[in-house]
Amino acid sequence: MKQIPMVARLCSVLFAAALLTACAGSDTKEADEAAARAAAEAAAAAQQAQAQAAEMERLEQAAEAVGNVFYFEFDSSALTQDAIERLNAHIALLQKTDRSVRLEGHTDERGTREYNLALGERRANSVRDYMVANGIASFRIETVSYGEERPVAYGSGEANWSQNRRVELK
Amino acid sequence: MTHMTRLFAGALLVLLAWGARAELAIEITQGVDNPTPIAVVPFAWQGGGTAPEDVAAVIDGDLARSGQFSPVSRADMLGRPSTEAEVFYRDWRAIDSDYLLIGRVSTAGAMRIDYELFDVLRQTRVFSGFEEGPASEARMLAHRVADAVYEKLTGIPGAFATRLLYVSVQRVPGGKDYFRLTLSDSDGARPIVLLESREPVLAPTWSPDGKQIAYVSFETNRPAIYRQVLATGEREQLTNFKGLNSSPAWSPDGNTMAMVLSKDGSPDIYLMDLASKRLTRVTDHYAIDTEPVWMPDGRSILFTSDRGGKPQIYRYDLRARDVARLTFEGTYNARARVAQDGRNVALVHQRDRRFHIALLDLETDRLHVLTSTELDESPSIAPNGSMVLYSTKYAGRGILAAVSVDGGVKFRLPAREGDVREPAWSPYIPR
Repeated sequence: MKQIPMVARLCSVLFAAALLTACAGSDTKEADEAAARAAAEAAAAAQQAQAQAAEMERLEQAAEAVGNVFYFEFDSSALTQDAIERLNAHIALLQKTDRSVRLEGHTDERGTREYNLALGERRANSVRDYMVANGIASFRIETVSYGEERPVAYGSGEANWSQNRRVELK
Repeated sequence: MTHMTRLFAGALLVLLAWGARAELAIEITQGVDNPTPIAVVPFAWQGGGTAPEDVAAVIDGDLARSGQFSPVSRADMLGRPSTEAEVFYRDWRAIDSDYLLIGRVSTAGAMRIDYELFDVLRQTRVFSGFEEGPASEARMLAHRVADAVYEKLTGIPGAFATRLLYVSVQRVPGGKDYFRLTLSDSDGARPIVLLESREPVLAPTWSPDGKQIAYVSFETNRPAIYRQVLATGEREQLTNFKGLNSSPAWSPDGNTMAMVLSKDGSPDIYLMDLASKRLTRVTDHYAIDTEPVWMPDGRSILFTSDRGGKPQIYRYDLRARDVARLTFEGTYNARARVAQDGRNVALVHQRDRRFHIALLDLETDRLHVLTSTELDESPSIAPNGSMVLYSTKYAGRGILAAVSVDGGVKFRLPAREGDVREPAWSPYIPR
């Protein structure tokens, strides 16, 4: 083994120590800056998350406020202005999430049951098409028609019928 | 999915009598102007103990329900003959009965009903006969006697020895209703619940041999078509497509089922070969095509379509592959059912905003409205072509009602509880 002179060894040790000290000094400074940055970012993120949460809450409340039922005119699957406004609240919420929905189409008791099944499907499709046109992916939307089989109001007359001609979003 | 699965009695499939709740009562609301008076004397019971069934009461009820006869009250009968030797014509002339039916019931293993019909005015025996079968089928044997008497006196085969399928619903406001697919005698007696579900059940229909049924059930949270063997309870899910799966209709030869699917877009008519399950698309139109029904010759299918803007009945010729519109009167004609003669078509017709049952004569193209109530639907024609059974609303509840094809006879069959709808009258049941 080759002998290294003591002085040289001492020098190298001192140099290394100096070097380490120098490095440590610069590290602390950068770490502080990074931490400050991270803290700022975290604060911003938290603020953003808070804003997002507030926005989500606002959207959820808006969707909840309009209800999940959209009504139709007799023998029609055209969306009414009222239905569009309610639907827009749900679309705004769905654009911020990736959740799937089920659209259940219903009719009133007038007309034949199996034709009404088809009419209920047309209504559910009408809502689906509007959602897809507004950026909700079609694979997130399931449609099913119950025709006149699941009335919410059992009686006859327009007061009952108008409650039953609907699409429910679930 | 396509192989036969035996289902056990569970929450869903019930193969036992449901008791009085689903039972239908009969209220005759309109008969012919001069119904023929007939005395159906209680049949003599020649077995041990008491008779298991009042056979004469079943026959009496059948003849009364036809509207063609006015059975004599038992209280007015001056005698209770059960053999020709005991018949005194003056007793029956005295109470203005034109005909007299007597009989005897015995059980030596099988049950046997012997019966004799007499013409009171001519003082002659018109005919006699007997029916034999298991005692458990006593009511069906009685219905067969009624069929024979009805045919002898009217020239039209009777359709009493047949059965009904219908859907009854027990409402649960704010919750999920109970749906029950029920099988009963043609007079509503002996109801048996075939399927019970909290999800909708609809569109029940018969195979042409009367041994199987098909229907739509939402039990998987989506509509699917099922077929079920009545004798064994075996059932099979035939479809599970995206969208509509509805309106099953057996072809007259029993090999093919017409149905409505919307898997390719809008609702269209498809045919399923029941052996291979292979599907053939029949209609291809962006409008609603639904409610297929076969003509008795199996060559064409009638269906409802709104391709002209409003629902009307069309005919699809399976050989020529062309479509012709059949209804032109009014803005709503739907859900056709064809009589076995291939001439009379019962359908739902809207007039003055009300939905009635109407009969379309395919030979004259004339449409004849049969009912005057306002929410009439789901017509089903008796296998002898004499009556149309349908559902309507009465006192706020869904009930079954019947009307003769000439509109002259009407009766109601309200359930003792709940709503009843979608009657499907069976074909003739083979002995």
